[in-house]
Amino acid sequence: MNMIGQSIDRVEDDDLLQASTRFVGSLAFENMLHMHVVRSPYAHARLKNVTVGKAASAPGVVAVWTGNDIRELPPIGFRRIPDRDLLQHRQPVMALDELRYVGEPAAIVLATDPCLAEDAGRLIAINAEIRPPVLDCGTETDARTEARMRGSNEVARIEKGYGDVEAAFAAAEHKISISCRLARQTAVPMETRGAIAVPHPAAAGFDLYGAAKVPHANRQELARILSLDIGGVVLREGHAGGGFGVRGELYPEDVLVAFAALRLGRPVKWIEDRSEHFLAINHSRDQTIHLNAAVSKTGIIAALRARITTDQGAYLRTHEIKVSDLSCAFLPGPYRIPAYQATATVHLTNKTPCGTYRAPGRFEATFAMERMIDAIARTLELDPVEVRRRNLISAADMPFDRQIEATGKRVVYDSGDYLQTLDTAIRAFDLPELRRSAEERRQRGECIGIGLAMFVEKTDTALHETARLELAADGKIEIVTGTSSLGQGMETALAQIAADGLGFPIDVFRIVRGQTDRISQSGGTFASRTTVMAGSAIHEASRIFRRKLIETSAALLGATTEVITLRRDGCCINGRNVALSELRAMIDASAHSTQLIAEADFSSGAMACPYGVHIAQVKVDPDDLSVTVEKYHIAYEIGRAVNPDLVKAQLLGGAMQGIGGALMEEISFSSDGQPLTTSFADYVTPRIVDVPAFEILLLEDWPSPTNPLGLKGAGEGGINAAGAAVAAAVEDAFAAKIAPRRLPITPKALFDLLSKTDDGLISPLRRR
Amino acid sequence: MEDTELHTISFTLNGVTQRLRVAARRSLTDVLGQECGMKSAHMGCGQGDCGSCTVSVDGVPIRGCLLFAVQADGADIRTAEALANPDSLAAIRNAFKKHRAIQCGYCTPGFMVLADYILRNELSLDQAIQTLSANLCRCTGYSPIVSAVADLLAARAERGSGP
Repeated sequence: MNMIGQSIDRVEDDDLLQASTRFVGSLAFENMLHMHVVRSPYAHARLKNVTVGKAASAPGVVAVWTGNDIRELPPIGFRRIPDRDLLQHRQPVMALDELRYVGEPAAIVLATDPCLAEDAGRLIAINAEIRPPVLDCGTETDARTEARMRGSNEVARIEKGYGDVEAAFAAAEHKISISCRLARQTAVPMETRGAIAVPHPAAAGFDLYGAAKVPHANRQELARILSLDIGGVVLREGHAGGGFGVRGELYPEDVLVAFAALRLGRPVKWIEDRSEHFLAINHSRDQTIHLNAAVSKTGIIAALRARITTDQGAYLRTHEIKVSDLSCAFLPGPYRIPAYQATATVHLTNKTPCGTYRAPGRFEATFAMERMIDAIARTLELDPVEVRRRNLISAADMPFDRQIEATGKRVVYDSGDYLQTLDTAIRAFDLPELRRSAEERRQRGECIGIGLAMFVEKTDTALHETARLELAADGKIEIVTGTSSLGQGMETALAQIAADGLGFPIDVFRIVRGQTDRISQSGGTFASRTTVMAGSAIHEASRIFRRKLIETSAALLGATTEVITLRRDGCCINGRNVALSELRAMIDASAHSTQLIAEADFSSGAMACPYGVHIAQVKVDPDDLSVTVEKYHIAYEIGRAVNPDLVKAQLLGGAMQGIGGALMEEISFSSDGQPLTTSFADYVTPRIVDVPAFEILLLEDWPSPTNPLGLKGAGEGGINAAGAAVAAAVEDAFAAKIAPRRLPITPKALFDLLSKTDDGLISPLRRR
Repeated sequence: MEDTELHTISFTLNGVTQRLRVAARRSLTDVLGQECGMKSAHMGCGQGDCGSCTVSVDGVPIRGCLLFAVQADGADIRTAEALANPDSLAAIRNAFKKHRAIQCGYCTPGFMVLADYILRNELSLDQAIQTLSANLCRCTGYSPIVSAVADLLAARAERGSGP
C-alpha cells in the first residue's frame, strides 16, 4: 500500500474535535498548588530587595520565594555553546541583583488557588533603584548602565564570508546600498504556555506536563539545573496550542514549577496569562540589515556585503546568538553571489530576550536579499524577475556548496533547479496576466501592485533522531518518537510513513510522542525537521519491524518465513489469518518469544533545502493607506510530500502569519522601556477579513538526496518570503516611487514613506 | 480578598442543569473548565480579543472570558462539546476535518460555536465571514475554516431547496 503522497484525514482531529483534549490547562492533580510569578515592572533597575511581607501569610499561600531563595540554581543554559564568553549573559531563573526587562521573574507565590496566588502577588514589593534602560543597538553606554554593557551593548560579533569581496567592489560598475529593518515580533500561539510539575516520592525527580518542541534537551537541562539524575526528570507532552518556535524552549517558569514541586512535595501548576505571555515568551526578528552589492551593468551581483545588527533583548536564552548566525548564513539565498562578506553584531538591551520564531534568521535575510534584488532592478531599469533569473544558482551547480557554515554546519543546497521552479511558478500563476490586470486597474486609479520573492529554506539535520515501533498489548503498533506535535499534523505524517513501510492501514498505528521515558533520544521539533528526521528513522524502523514480525510469526506458528505474508491487520500463514492482537497474546504466552520492538536511528550529513517562489498582489487604500493582500501564490519544492494537503496547510498558515509580519505585527516599547503591546488589541495579527485568495503549487521534482524518502521540510516555506513578496508588491503599487524596506508596512509607515517623496504622492491618492 | 464570598448560581449546560457555588470574580470560561469539566473551555487571552473561549449563551456566541460566571445565572449555555444538536455537531466536526480547518485545535471550539450560530441563523457567506472574523487563529491561515463553513452553508441550502 502506497501511503506516502496521500492526503488522508488527520489522525489528530477526532481527539481535538471531541474536545477530549490534553491541553495542559485542563489537567489537574490531587493536592495541586498554583504558581503566580511576580515580574519586574522596570526595564532596568538595581534590585535592592523584594519585600514578601504580608504575602506569605495571605489566604491560601503556601510559600513565597524570591531570587535570593534560589541562588543555588545556575542560569538556564544554551543548547550549543558558540563561545564560552557568552555564558555570562544567560538568564537567571529569577532576578538576583539586577532587573533587566519588564516581565523578568522576581518572585513566585505558591497557593492553593490561582486567584489567591495572584492576590498575594500584589502584596509583594519590589524595592529597586531605577536606572536608565538601554533600548537600542549600538547605544554608547555609561557608568549608570549595568556593568556587562559598559562601553557598548554589543556582546557578540559573527563574521562569515567567502571570495574576494574587495576586488569585486573595486571592479564594480554599480554599487547599490540598501538598509532594511524588521520590527520586533513574536509568534503568539493561541494557547499561552503552561506547566505542571508532579514530584516523585522523596523528591527524586518529577514529571513535567506541558512539554513541547525539545523535551529531551529540556530534560537534560532541567536535570543539570536542579542537580537531579536525568532518569528522574520525565517530560510529558500533551496537545500544544501552537508552537512556531517560541513554545517549548526552556523558560524560567518551567524550572520554577519543578523547583517548587520538589521543595514542597506537591504538584505545582502554572498557566501563563496573555499579557504575561507578551512579556515573557521569546520575541524575535528585530534586526537591521545593511546591504552593499557590487553589480555589473547587466544586473549580475559580483559581491555582497551584509551588516546585520540584532537587538537580542536582556539575556541570551537557549538559542544564544543563533538567529543572527542564521541570518548571515542564509542571506545569499538562491543566488550565486561569488563573493560575500557578512558581519552580524548582537546587542543586549533592556527588553524581553529574543529567540527563534518560524523561519528564524531567514524571514529577515530573505526580506533584505529580495529587497536588494528589487533595488538592483530599479537602479538598472531591469525587470525584477529578470534580475533574479540572471543571478540564480543553476541546476548544474547542485549540490551547491555555499562555502559558509550555519551554526557550525556547512551550508550545502542539496538539490533543485531554481530557474525551472521560477518559470513554473510564473506559468502556473500567470504572472504576465497578473501584471497586466494590475496595470489596467492602476490606469483606472486603483493602487495595485504585484511582488515576487524567492527563497531557500533549510531542514535542520544537525541532530540525529531515534524512533521505535512496538507491538502493544491491544494489537496496535506504537510509533514512539521524541519529536513534538505543535498542531502541524506530524502524527498523521509519521503514521503514513510507518503504514507505507509495513503495508498496514493507518488505524493500526498509535503515535506516542514527547514522553522522555519512552524513548532514549530525540532532537525535537524545529527547523522543519520532524517529518524528515523522525520520518526517516521510522521508515528504517518499519523495515526492521517487518522482518521481525515475519520471523516471530514463523517461530510462534512453526512455519517458515517464506509462507508468511502481511495482511490488513496482521499476517497470513498458509491461509490462516493471525491478527496483530492475537500475535501479541501468543508472544506474551510464549516462554521463548521476545516482544516485537524495532528501533532505528537516523542521521544525515547534509541539510535538505526546500525552496520556492512567493507572489503577492496587494491593494492600497488611498484613504487610510491600509494594505490588503488580494492574492497570494506559493510554489514550493518539497522533494516529496508525505501528505500534500498537510504541506499546503503549513504553507498557507505560514504565509498568513508572514502577511501579519509584513503588514501588522510590531512589539513596541516606550522611551523608558515599558512594553506597549501586551494584548491582541495592541499586537495586531491577521483576522479572517485579511485572508487573500491563496493558490499553492506543490512541486516534487527534486527529491532530497539526504534521506531515504527524498523529503524536505514543510514548516517554514510559507512564512519565509512573505515579508519580501508583500513589500515588493507595495513598491510596485506605487510604481517603484517608494521602496518599503521596513516591516511591518503599517499605514503610518506608508504615510511616512510617501511624505518623503518629492512628488507628493499622498495628495493625488487622497483625491481619488 | 474580600472577593472570596461564594454565590449560588445555576444554568443549563448542554441541556443539563448545573448548580454551583462560585466567587463573583470568576469568569464563565474558568468555571466551565475548572468546575464543569468542559475541556473545550480554552482561555486564549482573557481580554476578549481572541475568541478561543467562545460559547453559546442563550443562543448567542459570547466570550466566556468576559462574562462572570454569576452573570450566566439562569442562562442556557452550549459549548463545543454539544453545540445546538447532535446533527449539527457531527456536520460541523466533519466539515472542519474535511477542510483541514484544524491544526493545533486550540481555537477550534470557539470557531465551532461560531459555525453553529451561523448555521442556526442562516447567515449568508458574507455575513458568516464577518462573524468568523471575531475569532483569532494562528495556525490555519483561516481560509480552511472559511471553506468548511461555506461547505456547511452550501449543504444546508441544498437541503433547504430539496423536496
